[in-house]
Order: sequence, then structure tokens, then C-alpha cells
Amino acid sequence: MITLTIDGIEVEVEEGASVLQACEAAGKEVPRFCYHERLSIAGNCRMCLVEMERSPKPVASCAMPAGNGMVIKTDTPMVKKAREGVMEFMLINHPLDCPICDQGGECDLQDQAMGYGMADSRYQEPKRTVENKEMGPLISTIMTRCIHCTRCVRFATEVAGVPELGAIGRGETMEITTYLEKALASELSGNVVDLCPVGALTSRPYAFQARSWELSHTSSIDVMDALGSHIRVDSRGNQVMRVLPRNNDDVNEEWISDKTRHAIDGLRTPRIDRPYLRNAKGRLEEASWDEAFTAIKKAIGKAKPDEIASIAGDLCDAEAMFALSQLMDKIGSPHKDCRQDGSVVGQQGEGSYLFNSSIAGIDDADVIFLIGANPRHEAAVMNARIRQNYFNRDVKIFRLGAEVDLTYPVTELGDDARLLEKLVDKGGPVVTALKRAKRPMIILGQAALRRKDSMGLLDLVGQLAKQVDLVKKDWNGFNVLHTAAARVAGLMLNFLPGKGGKPTMEIVAGLEKGNIKVLYNLGADEVDLSQRADKSFVIYQGSHGDRGASQADVVLPGAAWSEKDGIYVNTEGRVQYASRVTFPPGDAREDWAIIRALSAAIGQTLGYDDLSSLRQTMTAAVPTLAVTDQPQSAKLGKIGRRQAITASPMGHAIGAGSGVSFYMTCPISRASVTMAECVKAFELNDKAEAAE
Amino acid sequence: MSISRRIADNQPEHFAFSDENKKKIKTILAKYPKERKSSAVLPLLDLAQRQHDNWLPMKAIEAVAEICDMAEIRVLEVATFYTMFNLKPVGKYFIQACGTTPCWLRGSDDVMRCIKDKLGISSGETSACGKFSLLEVECLGACVNAPMVQINDDYYEDLDYMATNDLIDRLAVDDVPPAGSVRGRQGSQPEPAPTSLTKIVPFPGAKKDKGDDHA
Repeated sequence: MITLTIDGIEVEVEEGASVLQACEAAGKEVPRFCYHERLSIAGNCRMCLVEMERSPKPVASCAMPAGNGMVIKTDTPMVKKAREGVMEFMLINHPLDCPICDQGGECDLQDQAMGYGMADSRYQEPKRTVENKEMGPLISTIMTRCIHCTRCVRFATEVAGVPELGAIGRGETMEITTYLEKALASELSGNVVDLCPVGALTSRPYAFQARSWELSHTSSIDVMDALGSHIRVDSRGNQVMRVLPRNNDDVNEEWISDKTRHAIDGLRTPRIDRPYLRNAKGRLEEASWDEAFTAIKKAIGKAKPDEIASIAGDLCDAEAMFALSQLMDKIGSPHKDCRQDGSVVGQQGEGSYLFNSSIAGIDDADVIFLIGANPRHEAAVMNARIRQNYFNRDVKIFRLGAEVDLTYPVTELGDDARLLEKLVDKGGPVVTALKRAKRPMIILGQAALRRKDSMGLLDLVGQLAKQVDLVKKDWNGFNVLHTAAARVAGLMLNFLPGKGGKPTMEIVAGLEKGNIKVLYNLGADEVDLSQRADKSFVIYQGSHGDRGASQADVVLPGAAWSEKDGIYVNTEGRVQYASRVTFPPGDAREDWAIIRALSAAIGQTLGYDDLSSLRQTMTAAVPTLAVTDQPQSAKLGKIGRRQAITASPMGHAIGAGSGVSFYMTCPISRASVTMAECVKAFELNDKAEAAE
Repeated sequence: MSISRRIADNQPEHFAFSDENKKKIKTILAKYPKERKSSAVLPLLDLAQRQHDNWLPMKAIEAVAEICDMAEIRVLEVATFYTMFNLKPVGKYFIQACGTTPCWLRGSDDVMRCIKDKLGISSGETSACGKFSLLEVECLGACVNAPMVQINDDYYEDLDYMATNDLIDRLAVDDVPPAGSVRGRQGSQPEPAPTSLTKIVPFPGAKKDKGDDHA
């Protein structure tokens, strides 16, 4: 530890801390533009100048390592004058266009000019102007406002792993640009907008939509992937205006993916805002709640309990799944599944489906073995974390599965499921590396878990885990990377086939053959029901007019994730509360409330009337859901079962070659115009290039 | 200026280092540790520029990025930072005229005026004949013999209007004059002859060495 004095206050900081960090520890505010906790130190804005004893000149506190016995002053006339001087230089070429600037009201430059600058300007000469740059559909640029802090350049290079941004030229002709002005091809590109301390890089979809002081802020949880990133949702009236990241060191640090940030325009249309009923002509027609419930009651009454099934989708909150699960139990149907993609994990203990090492645990891992996982597109923010560990600590990374650029080098083993057999039988460099590792990690992606032979693959992974001592006293290296926000909660709630129950694929087949007559589809839009028998009856409850609604006989209008309080459990078993931001449109209601009302209509009344009593019942039934905001891990029991492995490529669940675009994975992102533009800008171009 | 304005409109479609230069690249890379290949970016850009008529096309920047294992934008940053790298074609004789204080006080304006009169070009332009390009640069470190210009790799010093005139005339017919002071000064010695160190005075107490007597 290092002891130094800041404005007469003695503070202790860790070795390697900067003077700026010491000042913060002493509770002294130091203005800065280029310095950012999660990026490398540039030291080019000079705004953080402080006075250091025995130094004739003020020092840049962000770049000066704290030393024992240093005496730092942040409130002397010298510091004040230095800051005024820096501020004056900064404003020489900065336009005075705050009234038309989207950053206005939340601008570091504005705030610091007020706080540390001079009252008025002495500058009479012409200002420079800079041409705007093309940076794709998410970032709009007004480069004249740029103050060359290079935060965006450092973010793109260090965190996002796409070294495409740079500062060309020098001195007054310096400009930030991408190479040949291509769009910034990263799933995390939106974060440069947050990083930009001025209005040079602003959000293009949000341009001129709202002023920061008009917005109400709601802390919530993201549902676009299974990470459960902490977000702040800004709304005005009954409209979600934008999504920003909240800091959480254990989950998303302070980044979010572009889908999290920009898919929100999909929340507006095409929404289901009233119940619909399929009429005699086969068209969906507007109906009242009573008519819809009557039709459901009739259909359920006609079917035997064994002929009724339910599937829960990827965006469901735990409460809705719990209510539906209880309703199905009351009816007596064993056919429940929350794994619409046909994944096989869930019935062999919590340890078999959690990301046991926890996301923060990646920072401790020394060897990572990816099996059928593409973290770049399945969990973009987590991929940045793996990348940082690769570069900072030289973590070894191996992959079995389809090749995709993860922004860091990976040792490829090939894309053939049978390779896993070979590894278990004969070993190889991966097995040796995993054996030697103190903190080995295996990350299983969805692509490996929804094959016909997935149980066999799991069995092999289980054997491998034993061989390499994957689970140690204080370390559990078995990890499943989920892609659906609802999945882990669904598995914890045991929204899974009961005794004699059918999993998703068999439910769909049953609908085609006729031995399943009624399906309750809770927001599962990725299952293909187009081949179902004419006599079958499908109830769809959800928020968007996507595939699920068009294939249903009754459509019940549910709330989207931003319109309800709900519990989501992320891939590491972290139970988190999402909050209601706006109200559902029209007749749409919170999902658990619809199921509760329906239960009364069909004479199977569920025993709770409000959310808190539902949550009480739920946490009593599943105590793990009562532990909030903590990653969970469980012992890894026996996983999988012996099964022949077919020699076939594994591919990955989301991203290039999988048929599922990173930008369009759920009804909300598919409805988003911004996401469609991203697909056009980033993925169709890639395809065209590949075709050449 | 955006990139598109900084670089030439007509970019060649290919760039490849010559076999001779490939050998040189090996020598250059050998000077740096294997994992620090990016240290070679400046010598390699220079090599590429020399091979390619004294200017760097984007394909050359990409080729250097590939060899140095760097992102293309990083190499472009370097290439745009230094004025010595030309991103647009320049004439056969690339004149870099110094306009910094010592040269300016000693008459660099005359030199510049002469170039303008003879070739009709200002800083950043290429003459109609395509043979000459001019760039006004900051101090090149030859202040003792100011004013001066650098033409390709050579310094021409002690210039004035007439001397510049002669210099350009001779270059126009590819008669390249010897580098250095146009008045024939050695280094920065006083004119017309050295005023000090004209003879060797032995250090008091030093042993007289017969073979060391230049006087």
C-alpha cells in the first residue's frame, strides 16, 4: 500500500494506482476527459492537472503513479489556472452548438466548462471544422465537436477488439476515423457513444428524440441475451426512449451490446394490444377477453390432460412461467418445456445447466475450452471479458465448433462432434492444458446442447471433466452459456417435462400427429408449428405479432419485458429483478395476471391475487429464486448418458452461418427497424464480400 | 481532411514488395524482437515509398500492416502523422523547403518565390510537367547553412533566389548537382576560410607524436 496526502487528507491506495485514483479515494473530484477506468491511460486531454509538491509544473494525475509520501493539492490557484487554461484550449475548436447537440444536458465538456472553465471566451479567430465520418447505422458523428480524447479509439481496440478506429493526421489536422470510413463492425459499438465525453459520437436512432432532462430513469435488467446485463431504461411518457448500461463489475462491467441498446424500437410495433380469436374463415379476429377465455375453456374441456401441452419462450419472466407451470400441474398435463430450441440440459441438477464459474470467474480462469459456443454473438459483453483476459493474462483458449472471429486468437480443434470422443479416449493438447490448469473452464454453447446426440456429448464432457479435475474444492469449471433470458429461471422452476411428459420437439410432433390437442404457447416464437394438425388448438400469449401469434387460434396480449415487473435469472444463476418502465398497450396485461385470470375462467383458480403473493409462493417452492443478485453454482453430478455421437458439424446457435442473425434473435429485435438496418449494414455486406 | 481527401484518387489495385526489398525487410525485421514487429513500421513504410515512386498507395499501407501484424488503421495513423510520407503521387524531384525561423530570416521567402516563379507551384502542389513537387516543411536541422531545401534525399543549402533558379534549371534536365552548400562550403565552416582551428595546437603536456602532425 502507498500512503500519500491529498489536500491535507492522508489516503492509502494500492500499489500501481494513479494520483487521480488517490484523489478519488480522498473524495476529491478531478475533472477529466480522456481518462476512463476501463481503458488504458492516454494522458492527452490534460484536464486532470494537479499540483504536486516539489514539482515546478502541474502534473497530469491520470498518468502519474501514486508514490509514497507524495503531497498533492487539487484546490490551489495554480490548479485552478491550469484547468482554466486547458479548458480554454479545448474550447478553441469546439463549436458552440450546444442548443442543437444531442449531448446537451449530459455533456462532460459542458459540465466541466461550467465547473472549471472561465466565464467567457477570449478567442476571436476562426474555428476549425471537420468532416463527419460514416460509422454505420448506430453512431452518428459530428466530428467538429471532437476533442481528441481517443476514448473511442481505445475502446474499439482494447475492449471491442475491432481495431478499426484511429486518429489520423497530427495537431490541428488530427481526426478520428475508421479505416476507409467503414462502419464500426462490432456488437459493442454503441458503447463509444456513452464513452464520448462530448457530442461528437451520438446515438443515431436516438438523434433528436429527447433531451436528457425530459426522461425518467428506471433501473432494470436486459433480456436480449442470457447475461442479464444491468441497464437503465430511459422513458418519456409511455415510450421507451433509450437503454443505457449500468455499472456492474460482476456481469457487464459498464458495457451493453448493440442489441440491448437499440432493439427497443421493436417494442412499439407490431404489438398485440387485444385478444384475437381465429374465426370460421381461418382469420384472426379481434375478440374480448371473455370470448377468448371461453374458447380456451372449450378447447381445454374437450382435451384429456395428457393431450394438453405448454411451451415457454425465451423472454418470459419467472412469474409467468411459474403461474403457467402451476396451472398445467392443476390441469394434470405433464407436457411442459421451457426449451423451445430443443436443448437437453435441465433435468440433471442445477450444476448441469448453470454457468458455474460465474461470469466474473472468467477473470480467474487460465484455460478456456469452448464447445459449440460463439460468445461473440451469444453473449457479446462476456466475449469482451474473455478477450481482455486473453490479452492481460494470456489465457489459453481452445474451441471445438464452427470457426468464427471472436476478436482474439483461438486454437481451433475443428467442427466435428466426434472429436470430443477422441479427446476423451486419447487426450490431446487441450486435455493436457486443462489438466495442468489451476482454474480450467469448459463453456458449452447451445449449439452443442440441442443436437439429437447432445446427451451423449454431455456424457463425454462429464468424462472429460473427471479426467481433468474440472470441479475442484473452490472452483467449478463446468459452464453452460445460455442465450435465452428466460431459460435458467424456467429450468429452476422445473418448467420441464414431468413424468411421461414430452419435450418441445415431441410436443410439436404430437401436434402434427394429433396426440397433443391443445398447446399453450407462452411467448415461444421460434418453434415451428406450421405443420400442426388442423384440429389442434394453439393458445399464444405474448407481446408481438410474430411467428407464434400467426400460428395460433387464440392470441392473448401479454406485456413486453419493459412493461412488467419480473424476475429473470441469468446464465450464472443470478436472480435479478427487472422493473416496469411503461404500461402495456391497449388491453395487454402482465403475463402472470393473464394466466391467473384464465385459471379462474377454466375453474382451476391459482392461489394468488397479486405479484407479491405469487413471488412468495414461488420462492417457497423454489428457494434458489429467493437468493437475489448472486451467482449460483451447484455440484456437477452425472451429466448426459451414453449415446452414439454422429459425425456432424456443431455450428453455433447465433451468428454467421447459423441462420440466426445476432441482431434478430427474438420477436422484439425482429420487429426493430434499427436492427434491420444493422443486418443490412454488417451482415449482408459480409455475405456479399464472401460471395466475391 | 477526411481520408478520401488525404489520399490519391487513383489508387493502384495491387502492391507487392520487390524481391530485393523483401530481402531488406527480413534484415529490418531481424532488428526487432519477434513479438515487436510493429517497431518496423517506419522503415517498412519508407521502403514501400521508395519502391513506389516516392508515394504510398493504400495497398502499400495494407501490405505493411500485414507484415508488421498491425491493424490497417494503426499503419495509416503513422503514415498520416509524418509529413515525410506522401499519400498522393509527387514529382520526380520532391522539394521540401524549410520555412522555420532561421531559414525564414535568411531568405526562405526568396527561395519559395523562385519556385513559384519557375514552376508555378505552392506548397502541396506538383508542377504541370509532373517533375517537381513542393512542400513547405518545418526545421530540417540545417539552420547553420540557411536557407535550405531538401530534394528527395539531399540537402541543398546557402540558397538564394538565383541559386534556387540554377538548381531547378539543372534538375529540369536531370543534371543533379552535388548536395550540400551551393557556395561550396564544407559543413558549416565560415566564409571565405576557417577562422579557428587553423592549426593543431598540442594539448599542454601531451607527448609529441610524429605521425599526428597535420600542421
